[in-house]
Amino acid sequence: MSILNVLVVDDEPGIRTGVTRVLRNFTVGFPFMDDDFSFRTLETGSGEEAIEILEREPVDIVLLDNKLPGIYGIEVLEYIRQQEYDIQVMMITSHASLDLAVKATNNGAYNFVPKPFTPQELKAAMESITKHLYLRRMTRKLNEQGKQVRFQFLSVLSHELKSPINAIEGYLKIMQEKQAGEAIEDYQGMISRSLERIKGMRGLIMDLLDLTRIESGKKKRNIIPVDITELARMAMHSMEPMAIQKSVKIHFTGDQPIYIHSDPSEMEIILNNLLSNAVKYNREGGEVFVSVEEKPQGITVDVKDTGIGMDDAEVGELFKEFVRIRNSKTKDITGSGLGLSIVKKLTDLNHGAIRVSSRPDQGSHFSVIFPRE
Amino acid sequence: MKTILLVDDDPDQLEQLKFQVIRFGYHPVTACSQKEGELLLEEITPDLAIIDLMMENQDSGFILSYRIKQKFPQVPVIIITAVTAECGMKFSLETEDDKRWIKADKYIEKGIRPDQLHREINKLLKV
Repeated sequence: MSILNVLVVDDEPGIRTGVTRVLRNFTVGFPFMDDDFSFRTLETGSGEEAIEILEREPVDIVLLDNKLPGIYGIEVLEYIRQQEYDIQVMMITSHASLDLAVKATNNGAYNFVPKPFTPQELKAAMESITKHLYLRRMTRKLNEQGKQVRFQFLSVLSHELKSPINAIEGYLKIMQEKQAGEAIEDYQGMISRSLERIKGMRGLIMDLLDLTRIESGKKKRNIIPVDITELARMAMHSMEPMAIQKSVKIHFTGDQPIYIHSDPSEMEIILNNLLSNAVKYNREGGEVFVSVEEKPQGITVDVKDTGIGMDDAEVGELFKEFVRIRNSKTKDITGSGLGLSIVKKLTDLNHGAIRVSSRPDQGSHFSVIFPRE
Repeated sequence: MKTILLVDDDPDQLEQLKFQVIRFGYHPVTACSQKEGELLLEEITPDLAIIDLMMENQDSGFILSYRIKQKFPQVPVIIITAVTAECGMKFSLETEDDKRWIKADKYIEKGIRPDQLHREINKLLKV
């Protein structure tokens, strides 16, 4: 139970005690709120005193009469707006004019309750204003958290974008000052590394585009029956040049078409990421086993490699954004650190699950399981 | 020949440091994480260490530096980083107060010119 402080500003004592009596045993609850709200009332007969109370006590809701002996209600309302208090104001007035209504609404009053009102009318108005207050505060909280998350993402991102630039700049400075010798051949290694870092950066940008697309959810998903066996085979073929370079052999099992309803481009991203990882983090002369099967637990794509593997702690970090497992075995492999977090997001989007088992120096086994239709 | 321990999680930054250290006439030993650096300390005693600040964690360099000082109080440590350019935080080792919590001998920003780095290394090694 949360308690909201309600300040009743009215020069008629009868109204003040009436409100207090009605609200004493009244609570507001909605299915979407974690908590019920009850009310504690504070009373005053003048605008001047209302401002004094607002300055010294936390108030959530103000029930405000306009016609007061000193300053008018509307002036109290202006004061609340200027101070940017997180307060909802309800005007209670018997002399409501259009002019006043416009002025009050412009100054952020939530609603009007004409005087005299029945307990039922007051309760209905309180219910609505409480809901409004709750939603406003909730939204603000969520926005703040969202901003926090976005800020962290951006600061990591800028680090990831700057690192390759710094690395390339470093090599260029060495070349500019001819620190390693006179001949271009003396710089072959540095040139390849620079090109490799550029490639990595391009990959990061592509991954970011994928991620933005998933996160914004703006792009319409094109859901059609997708033959996942065929897509896996295509992913295997597109990975072949890289596999040949590393003398990694890819084996494929899966002879019949297996269909799931999904967006083919999403499935492609999942498969390409898993396969390219299996090749990238493999050893020279290693193997990759890809299979697509309909199993009791669902349609399963297995990608198994004989690569460098990971320990349990590393597996635990795997799906976080920008987490790249860094050790001496991975130090020369470029990657954005986004691939698996994208795979995870897309698998979730398709109601699938992803399992990983891995052992250092023996290899990793990724399974993506989609529900059967 | 004096041995210099180099620790940086960016393989190319590490490569470039190694390149310079060889040019200065020292023997480099490299590690690409705080963890690997700590393991290396079981096997070797460097004459000096140059470590990147932000590796696995944002303060990996400080921690590694602290471990080095615990084990080999006489080994000078240089922390090298781009943290000021990245997040505006400034560290220095000018006052006694700084030195109490940052256990390093020198703190330098990435992008330092090779001849400056050479000078700093020589100063700390008293060459």
